[in-house]
Amino acid sequence: MNIHEYQTKELLKSFGVPVPEGRVADSDASAGIIAEEIGGERWVVKAQIHAGGRGKGGGVQLADSIEEVRKHADRIIGNRLITPQTSAVGKMVHRVLVESAQNITKEFYLGLIIDRVCQRITIIASASGGMDIEEVAKTSPEKVVREAIDPSIGLPEFQCRKIAARIGLTGALMPQAVKLMQSLYRCFRDKDALMAEINPLAIVDGDKLLAVDAKMSFDGNAVHRYPEITSYRDFDEEDPKEVEATGHGLNYIALDGNVGCIVNGAGLAMATMDAITLHGGSPANFLDVGGGASPEKIANAFRIVRQDPNVKAILLNIFAGINRCDWVAEGVVQAMQKQAISEPVIVRLSGTNYELGQDILNRSALPFINAADLDDAARKAVDAVNNLQST
Amino acid sequence: MSVFINKDSRVIYQGFTGQHATFHAEEAIKHGTNIVGGVTPGKGGATHLDRPVFDTVSDAVREAGADVSGIFVPPQFAADAILEAVEAGIKTIVVIADGIPVQDMVRVKRYVLDHDAVIFGPNTAGVITPEECKVGIMPASIYQPGRVGVVSRSGTLNYEAVAQMTARGHGQSTSVGIGGDPINGANFLDVLHAFNEDPDTDAVVLIGEIGGSQEVDAAEWAKDNMDKPVIGFIAGVSAPVGRRMGHAGAIISGEADTAVAKMNRMEELGVYVVRNPADIGETVDKVLKQKITPVNSNKTVHGEPVET
Repeated sequence: MNIHEYQTKELLKSFGVPVPEGRVADSDASAGIIAEEIGGERWVVKAQIHAGGRGKGGGVQLADSIEEVRKHADRIIGNRLITPQTSAVGKMVHRVLVESAQNITKEFYLGLIIDRVCQRITIIASASGGMDIEEVAKTSPEKVVREAIDPSIGLPEFQCRKIAARIGLTGALMPQAVKLMQSLYRCFRDKDALMAEINPLAIVDGDKLLAVDAKMSFDGNAVHRYPEITSYRDFDEEDPKEVEATGHGLNYIALDGNVGCIVNGAGLAMATMDAITLHGGSPANFLDVGGGASPEKIANAFRIVRQDPNVKAILLNIFAGINRCDWVAEGVVQAMQKQAISEPVIVRLSGTNYELGQDILNRSALPFINAADLDDAARKAVDAVNNLQST
Repeated sequence: MSVFINKDSRVIYQGFTGQHATFHAEEAIKHGTNIVGGVTPGKGGATHLDRPVFDTVSDAVREAGADVSGIFVPPQFAADAILEAVEAGIKTIVVIADGIPVQDMVRVKRYVLDHDAVIFGPNTAGVITPEECKVGIMPASIYQPGRVGVVSRSGTLNYEAVAQMTARGHGQSTSVGIGGDPINGANFLDVLHAFNEDPDTDAVVLIGEIGGSQEVDAAEWAKDNMDKPVIGFIAGVSAPVGRRMGHAGAIISGEADTAVAKMNRMEELGVYVVRNPADIGETVDKVLKQKITPVNSNKTVHGEPVET
């Protein structure tokens, strides 16, 4: 689960990470009031969306007067922002973060991730801040420092000093860096984060470390432990079809093809998409119905898949272990009767209660296309789409 | 023979009296599994499925001689249940629970380093040695005793592959699910190693997914050490970069962990790579019917590589 920059900074501040003074505004008037309260002579107005590269899209603006703060906020709020990380239509901006502008001497990168290779939380740091760290890691890997954290001792001071020294945070900056890294790690560990990134971490006014920009994401399987993190969730930032699917216990991801897929299990779902691709077709989505799917759940899966106007045929591939083919078949019948489905529906059932399921489908006399196995199902789905396109 | 579990395994289920555990324990017993009891804290002393219920895993080890545990507790309690099993001296732990917080597993993995235990999962369909021992949720009917080892991340894709093999008369020595999570217990290499040592396994089917490097790491090891052929498939050729495809581990983060990159690398390393998931059974058939070439062809050359 991703959260906004202003939420990340609020959270990090509560753990002792120094952040610029600022607050979030949802109108030009409140942006102006916040700037007045912060005081000073220069402010920055930052669009709050779950995507990076905001500066490149004009979503980060400097202002030298309260009037300018209001003007920038007015232009950003209520408009779509296109960045290198959004789609071509961009994302609607509902809020801006108003902060005092900083006098930056030098920029660094500091991040925490869960590294699946060493299977530990890993700290990543670099003196090349403000840039895309993946790019830096690719072109000059020697500039990126990585240290795995042993969960039995946490992040000790010596390890922070080692990292600080290697990226050039020495002298009076070293104790600040140690405290900041330990605060960031505590926040990451105590809130079950999956990713935290301070970029840039900056030296400001010559001698102070400050998290000028920050983002975090959290483990969806653990957020229920932290009501304050759950409350940070912003549904405006998510695909409504995916949100609805999650509500029905379905795992749905929209893709850009035309064969709708309904499968049980993530691995088989991917393999089904691959088989469609091998036969020259293209999957419209990934959809995993999970285990023990009720007829209603299957019917909902049909409804969600069919919300995508590109879908020309639907392939249902179920290899039932803890699922039951009879429940799945009832769901298919329900969907085809109630939803007036005009697209060809290809059904492949196997596993638990296969005979019962096949019997329900046969008795329904509905015009679905039966497939014997995975290959047959993929071929028939692709053929069905091709036949529609040639007529 | 087999790997990890067999007819002599003394199995308990943690979360024994729950609905899912009960159903799957009954299925396992029907399949011949020696389930010696189960653990549900607070219900110690009761009898369930004609077997004793214990309050703690330690009790189950002491009183019933348990050495294998299936973890069926809800994901938010699963890490604690695994730690309890490890601490009690259980050697083989199969974690069915799906949705365990990642950092919980990071701590579990650190703890298990200091102990003599192997974890399968989380988020696995389980481990089965056909007609001897089943710890998991897989449909037993598709498996049959035989001489091919199977190791996979995904449960349902494992069923797909096994059904294709069984239909062609190739049974399984043991089928192992290592789970779909990014932080998991035993990895592909650990399981290949065990199959390599097993005199009753002739070949191994390895079914991986996009994301991470565990499949390629295993193939690198096999290149120098494996005396048996390995047939491999990686799901997710059509998965987009940066999107998590259901399994928390199935996300493409760089160029090296796409399905195509992994399959190409595995092929270079001597694995019989199957490009179409529908061809897994047929490829096993071809490899076994022709003269067998192990991955490490320098070690014992039996014949020419076959067309796949």
